[in-house]
Amino acid sequence: MKSTENVLRRRKKFKNWDLIIFMGPYLITFFVFTVLPVFVSFFLSFTNFNMLETPDFVGLQNYIKLFLNDEVFSGAVQTTLILGIITGPVGYLMSFAFAWLLNEVPAKPRSFLTLLFYAPSLAGGFVTVWTLLFSGDSNGYINAWLLEWGVITEPIIFLKDTNYMFTVCVIIILWQSLGMSFLTFISGLQTVDKSLYEAGAVDGIKNRWQELYFITLPYMRGQLMFGAIMSITNAFNAGSLITSIFGYPTQDYALQTIMNHLDDYGSMRYEMGYASTIAVFLFALSFVANKLVQFLLSRIGK
Amino acid sequence: MSTKIATVFGRINPKNLFKKSPRDEEPSVENGTVLPTEGKENKKKKERKRFHYKRMNRSLGGDIAFFLFLFIASLFFAFPMVFAVSNSLKKMNELFLFPPTLIVREPTLKNYADLFNIMANSLVPMSKYIFNTIFITFFGTLFRVLSASMCAYPLSKRNFRGRNFIFALSTYALMFTPTAATVSNYIIMANLGWIDTFWSILIPALGSAFSLYLIKGFIDGFPDSVLEAARIDGAGEFKIFWSILMPSIKPGWLTLIVFSVQEFWNTGSTIYIYKEELKTLSYALSQVAAAGIARQGVSMAISIVMMIVPVIVFVISQSNILETMATSGMKD
Repeated sequence: MKSTENVLRRRKKFKNWDLIIFMGPYLITFFVFTVLPVFVSFFLSFTNFNMLETPDFVGLQNYIKLFLNDEVFSGAVQTTLILGIITGPVGYLMSFAFAWLLNEVPAKPRSFLTLLFYAPSLAGGFVTVWTLLFSGDSNGYINAWLLEWGVITEPIIFLKDTNYMFTVCVIIILWQSLGMSFLTFISGLQTVDKSLYEAGAVDGIKNRWQELYFITLPYMRGQLMFGAIMSITNAFNAGSLITSIFGYPTQDYALQTIMNHLDDYGSMRYEMGYASTIAVFLFALSFVANKLVQFLLSRIGK
Repeated sequence: MSTKIATVFGRINPKNLFKKSPRDEEPSVENGTVLPTEGKENKKKKERKRFHYKRMNRSLGGDIAFFLFLFIASLFFAFPMVFAVSNSLKKMNELFLFPPTLIVREPTLKNYADLFNIMANSLVPMSKYIFNTIFITFFGTLFRVLSASMCAYPLSKRNFRGRNFIFALSTYALMFTPTAATVSNYIIMANLGWIDTFWSILIPALGSAFSLYLIKGFIDGFPDSVLEAARIDGAGEFKIFWSILMPSIKPGWLTLIVFSVQEFWNTGSTIYIYKEELKTLSYALSQVAAAGIARQGVSMAISIVMMIVPVIVFVISQSNILETMATSGMKD
């Protein structure tokens, strides 16, 4: 009797002060360095803050300008969406597919292959490699090989020719896409209780596809959600990679993403009010995409 | 403690397979003590381990297709890496050869020697940059893993008011582009007086929503029954967290360590730090590479050198993840 009382008392106590110790460090820093700045940005999106004068409240003026009077922006939305729709789901599925395939491989070669697949992300971009490969003169490696083999007679200006830029960009993004989600999936697959598979075979699961759909995927829902959020964020934030390879601004704004537009106003023109408006729009876009993915993922294995 | 967990896990009833979540299992606890493992079960486990590679529902043709596909894919992913390594070993005249060579013909370590010489002659001693980077990487990673795991535990396993709100807020924070918050962050740092100190990098590491989300995903999969059993046994919340939960979600925090080390190791110039003696290795090396086309070979060498530490951490953590799973008995 007494021990039950003790347990009950401990639980009550936990609610009072243990929570503070457990969650305090995270919550305080999270609110100060993430939530607060985000709210400030929301607020700034209704002002014309230029970092020197005190911000003036301008109502919805920034939003009106963004949607009606900014042609570069509407192009950027298009580019971001198309790029996101291609690289986001493909990158996500690739991450899972490779993690799953690697899980079938015996442990030793698996570690090596994981390293190989993850290496592009470990290297933090290898931007120099890509600019060298796709360089527009005959010193660019791809151009040089194509010239040598007689496929082309004139070097192709991959990084400035709008016909090729998009494809090159997609290749580079996909090459890097086996990153965080991939590694999380690998660890997630490791935690799946292996005895479930044997039980599944007994219960009438016939092939590896059914095994995947009814056992593996439902078990890893936490990692799948995490991967989805990271994929969406990465797909919408490809801007910095694009700048480091194609330069800024890209030829004819062909690869201008929302992110680049934000950087343009935020860190070059110092129109923080307008930049915040763009950030709010980007946030809304990720929010919708995430809700959509959450809905799709919640239906898995049911 | 670990043997107890092993028992509980070993007793998951296969019939409950299609239940919503494996942590809904009944705890196999009698009178506050966990049942001892039976010898018979141990034997069965060993047998299973021997058949590890030969899982059910597999065909030979499928296996061959798998390996072929993996091989081709790995070529695509390894290519730029091979290219970088090979270029870092080329001499200047081979770098500008036409047609270019993919694999180096006369490998030389000259680029690495050059890099070393440039570093040795820098204004601020190179050891300072290296120390700064190691300091930031070590404490940044430690802060992140600890604070995220500690917060994720009650968030995942306790019921209290505001729990869903906190988690939803953290999730939404992941979707917000940090660039937009740069100015407000700078103002906050300046008011705290943390400009030109390492605090500006290390303290925000405590509040990483991304880490919280990652770790929580792993804790969610941990069965409640084990926690309940430990609580009945009289273990305090901190003991449960430290000696039961943390060892069990090792794959989770090892993965977080990989991400975190990688990010902090590559910390370049930030808007918070201006003193040269507080700058990082990545910053110093990017200055070296910025000297132009004549340093092409050296800049390739830099990419390779900067990769060494993250790769080592990656390899150690991966082999540890495999080891945990092989020995814990938890996941058979």
